[in-house]
Amino acid sequence: MAAMTLSEKIIARAAGLDTVAPGDIVTCTVDLAMMHDSSGPRRAGKMLDELGIPIWDKDKLVVITDHYTNDPDPGSLEIQAITHKWVKEKKLPHFLAEQGICHVVLPEKGFLKPGLFCVGADSHSTTGGAFGAFMVGVGATEMTGVLATGEIWVRVPETLRLDVSGELAQGVAAKDVILKLCGDIGIMGANYMVVEYAGSAVRAMAVDERMTLTNMAAELGAKTGLIAPNEATADWLIAAGAQGIDIETWQGDADAPVAKTITMDGSALSPQVAAPSNPENAADVAEHAGTPVAQAYIGACTGAKLEDLRMAAEVVRGRKAAAGMRFFVAPATTQIRDEAATDGILKVLEDAGAVILPTGCGGCIGLGDARLGENMTGISSTNRNFVGRAGPASSKLYLGSAYSVAAAAMTGKITDPRELL
Amino acid sequence: MSIIPEGRAWVYGDNIDTDQLAPIHSYKNRNAEEGCKFCLQALDPDFAGAVEDGDIFVAGANMGIGSSREQAPLHLKLLGIRCVLAKSFSRIFYRNTLNFGVPALICADVGRINSGDRISVDPLQGRIDNVTTGETLTCDPLPEHLMEMIGNGGLMAHLRKKLKQEA
Repeated sequence: MAAMTLSEKIIARAAGLDTVAPGDIVTCTVDLAMMHDSSGPRRAGKMLDELGIPIWDKDKLVVITDHYTNDPDPGSLEIQAITHKWVKEKKLPHFLAEQGICHVVLPEKGFLKPGLFCVGADSHSTTGGAFGAFMVGVGATEMTGVLATGEIWVRVPETLRLDVSGELAQGVAAKDVILKLCGDIGIMGANYMVVEYAGSAVRAMAVDERMTLTNMAAELGAKTGLIAPNEATADWLIAAGAQGIDIETWQGDADAPVAKTITMDGSALSPQVAAPSNPENAADVAEHAGTPVAQAYIGACTGAKLEDLRMAAEVVRGRKAAAGMRFFVAPATTQIRDEAATDGILKVLEDAGAVILPTGCGGCIGLGDARLGENMTGISSTNRNFVGRAGPASSKLYLGSAYSVAAAAMTGKITDPRELL
Repeated sequence: MSIIPEGRAWVYGDNIDTDQLAPIHSYKNRNAEEGCKFCLQALDPDFAGAVEDGDIFVAGANMGIGSSREQAPLHLKLLGIRCVLAKSFSRIFYRNTLNFGVPALICADVGRINSGDRISVDPLQGRIDNVTTGETLTCDPLPEHLMEMIGNGGLMAHLRKKLKQEA
């Protein structure tokens, strides 16, 4: 049998085939579908109801609210009402309301495991690849097709492997690895491909950190990101309550061909910052050091996991935010918030001047208290800094790791976090 | 649907992202008929007001990069865009556009089309006629089964038709 990568093995299994190769177009059975309050009931749900077909398998659908939560705006309240009503009418068994951002709360509640073929109605559904699952983002109409049939066609993607050798230095994080890659190959550098992250620095990463890598596969144009599961993955998933975890089966063959391999020396990597208004504008933090920022936001599926909050706390412990700084922390899930409270991390952040915001997509999509103001410059641990996303078109946003965002919050300007550690 | 009749080209560059095509304020509290008026506001404030039914959108590489929000292609469709040509597409936007019944065609020659040129497109043959310059250009053709879905008005209309046939 031909050697296959991990993604090819998962797609072949989901398509009921022995082997698949890049370029094949195959129809896969979906193991799990995820949609949220923006893409879900109000769009895909409405279209499904108009078609008049039932959901193919209610046990395989997870609905999550995270986009328009904690927002008193009438439009947002209406979206919440539509979501709750639809879930109740359909008697859906898996509904996570205001418990966290979909890409983080989904694995946290034990819904993901290696080998699954999953779709999510959100572009950052790529995050699921951190658990050895093949998970792709789709639009709401496409999701309606999945809800109706439980199937989706895919073109088997070529693989781009990123091999990160060595170990990351103190103050350097997964976010710096992925921003560096965005800078090196650009936001269409992996169009249609699957990005497989490997190497000693990746294997040594906490699972939270791996999620940052797969999350931002979307910023490379990739179909998804994927990381071979290991003991750390299994431990994380067991703690989350996932059942039937098999890390031996779900590995790529060592001799499976890949389209391209990129190597990165993890030990030599510096903190990276992406300048407005594109993640591919990434450069060593030194290039932008000294740029004043009025807001620092630690949030989103990308940058507000427990590990991110720990990094921020390391930087700000015993310090105070710069005068006038808008410093916000929005934990990615309520469980992360609770764990950070128990660990004392939240107190460290609050003592340094951080305002803790409710969980949700919030500032990343320009909603809530952390929306940037007119002509305001900010830095955030989120994934995208396109014009008009996190605030009005006149605002400017830099992207960095939780370390770098926390450092800027303390000094009022873009700062190499290693100077504060 | 077969040939996209002659329409006016609107030509833009690389990396037209979904935040430009559908900024969040354009769709949170507005229906798409209202929201589409904000399409590309940050890039070209004149676009939404001046584009006409039957026009053709031409972009560079990585058209539609960004989120999975379907308002991005929907806004173009509601403004009258009948076809999107690009050097390359971001994958979710590509599928979303086809699912709305709008042909999205990969065309290496987009650089030979200028804003305001009158062009017509044959998606099945992969042929673009630039009436203004007299040039004939090529694009990657769409397969018949996808053109059937597009001709039916997109994925939802297509599924409705199929369900009716089965019933």
